[in-house]
Amino acid sequence: MVKISRREGRAAQLIEHHDFQSLFDVLKAKKYRLIGPTVRDGSVVYDEVARVDDLPVGYSDEQEKGSYRLNKSDDHRLFGYGVGPHSWKKFLFPPAVRLWQARRDDGSFQIIPEDYHAEPLALIGVRACELNAIAIQDRVFLDGEYRDPIYAAQREKLFVLAVNCGQAGNTCFCASMHAGPRVTGQFDLAVTEVINGESHYFTVEVGSPRGEEVLSEVPHRPASGEEKALANQIITQTAASMKRSIDTRGIKQRLYASFEHPQWDDIAARCLACGNCTQVCPTCFCSTVEDVTDLSGNTADRWRKWDSCFTTDFSYIVGGSIRSSVKSRYRQWMTHKLATWIEQFGTSGCVGCGRCITWCPVGIDITEEIAALRAEKQPATAVEAAKEDVSYADV
Amino acid sequence: MQRKNKPTLAVWKFASCDGCQLSLLDCEDELLAIIDRIDIAYFPEATRTVLKGPYDVSLVEGSITTQHDAERIHRVRRASKVLITIGACATAGGIQALRNFADVKQLVPMVYASPKYIETLNKSTPISDHVFVDFELRGCPINKGQLLEVLSAYLHGRKPNTSRYSVCMECKRNGTPCVMVAQGTPCLGPVTQAGCGAICPLFQRGCYGCFGPAEVANTRALSEQWKALGKTPQDVMRAFRTYNAYAEAFRKESDIHGA
Repeated sequence: MVKISRREGRAAQLIEHHDFQSLFDVLKAKKYRLIGPTVRDGSVVYDEVARVDDLPVGYSDEQEKGSYRLNKSDDHRLFGYGVGPHSWKKFLFPPAVRLWQARRDDGSFQIIPEDYHAEPLALIGVRACELNAIAIQDRVFLDGEYRDPIYAAQREKLFVLAVNCGQAGNTCFCASMHAGPRVTGQFDLAVTEVINGESHYFTVEVGSPRGEEVLSEVPHRPASGEEKALANQIITQTAASMKRSIDTRGIKQRLYASFEHPQWDDIAARCLACGNCTQVCPTCFCSTVEDVTDLSGNTADRWRKWDSCFTTDFSYIVGGSIRSSVKSRYRQWMTHKLATWIEQFGTSGCVGCGRCITWCPVGIDITEEIAALRAEKQPATAVEAAKEDVSYADV
Repeated sequence: MQRKNKPTLAVWKFASCDGCQLSLLDCEDELLAIIDRIDIAYFPEATRTVLKGPYDVSLVEGSITTQHDAERIHRVRRASKVLITIGACATAGGIQALRNFADVKQLVPMVYASPKYIETLNKSTPISDHVFVDFELRGCPINKGQLLEVLSAYLHGRKPNTSRYSVCMECKRNGTPCVMVAQGTPCLGPVTQAGCGAICPLFQRGCYGCFGPAEVANTRALSEQWKALGKTPQDVMRAFRTYNAYAEAFRKESDIHGA
């Protein structure tokens, strides 16, 4: 779905497991702050990591609709789990950020712009779906007339160490969204973790001159044909074992034609409108702006915060909220994500990471809902449709 | 700096624990800034000085549980240009609204040695059931930052930034993994209004619903999920019957599961 130019890398290389720490050390020496998966509160989250041991070594996850559990095993796999509740967007598009301040003195006022300083970050363990999500947000925040300076500043200072997925989570459906599990570009280095009997190694693909430079300082050797084949086989197996999928054929027209489908009522009865799906989504980009003043009235701050199309205020205009029903909000979210997004940005807004399925507290599954919308249910009659709260503006 | 025509503030107590009033005193770093901008005219918990009304702003804590208070709140309203209720007691009836689900006449002898001295209403009700309320600030107790925000907004004639969406939004901004999803811990967060900063999930506890129902509270769907996580109907009923038991969405849901 997302077009990413494939870089012509040189022949695959190999880093032994016991040399992986050296990769961290080289990146640190190059003044990168290392951000990667680590275990906190029973989940794999993205936070600062200093050593390989900070990664969820030996952990695997079990994900289902509305459920996530971590299990610890004896193997020393560094990347034996799928994506967790965090996504990399929190570093590029912070949950809350001050845009500027204003100060009043002697009858006039002064605007104090914010310095959008970004520090070099090395992202460790970025999955294919996540790279595609970043590519999607690039279009949102960098393309076109309005470029987001906060996103742009951080985007330029990323080193990306991507990982090909060695297992598909139960809620993953990236293969059907053409967004994984194999990384196909937009990385500096990409690794595939292989445990084969006693040997534990990472095949490495170089995606940029910067990646090449880092690799040159880490002990490595060319991968043999067999070692490469094993790595390839792992990724192929991951794709083949994926249980969920979305049928994307004609999805735009299908959703446009489903405006009055009874399934939306069914979803609304279950949906909490809590906004979790939008907050965990690696491509959802909506924000709200809040002005705050202090008691003296001499300083005012303007803040940008993550928002969600599931809140009432999100569509508030003069006279009220356009999307007053939960049904209309869920429909808006899904139709935007899978259909209108294509018209707006040229790609789907979904990469099949499955976060919205796992992290929905009541386990609403976008793949099941799409399947239900495609099923041959009779749409509500025009009369029934007119009785709902849907108004002409309720798109 | 003494400013002329500073607005006057009165703080009133009805049936409550005083915790929300304490949130104002708890604004230690900001207290000087507050009294620089506002004259505290009536606040018995903080000062014996009493300035005569009417008052520009009244903060009202507590619920109405006696006939005497049911009359007093009208006098407070008449003496206040702007009346802001603070806390779960004032906005929803508080924990003492648990009496609303029982017969007070039967409860009183169980609690008091001499029931004949007790004069109380059958129900504990929010202030808005009795008089017009300009703004409701939720919480048990209220959040100090939100209180300052409401006072700042009042002073500068703008709308306070107090969100009505769910606690989940705050959890996600904090980066807290969902306790329901990751640990199977029942949580009221998805149906509870944000404002506390999502403290309990930060400490791996489920939300207790201190800030009352969110703008959309699909309590039915949440209750079903709680049961799927192993909670009994009685557990569900008790979860909804705490500090905001008498808030409509929580009351109706608890009635479904209640005996």
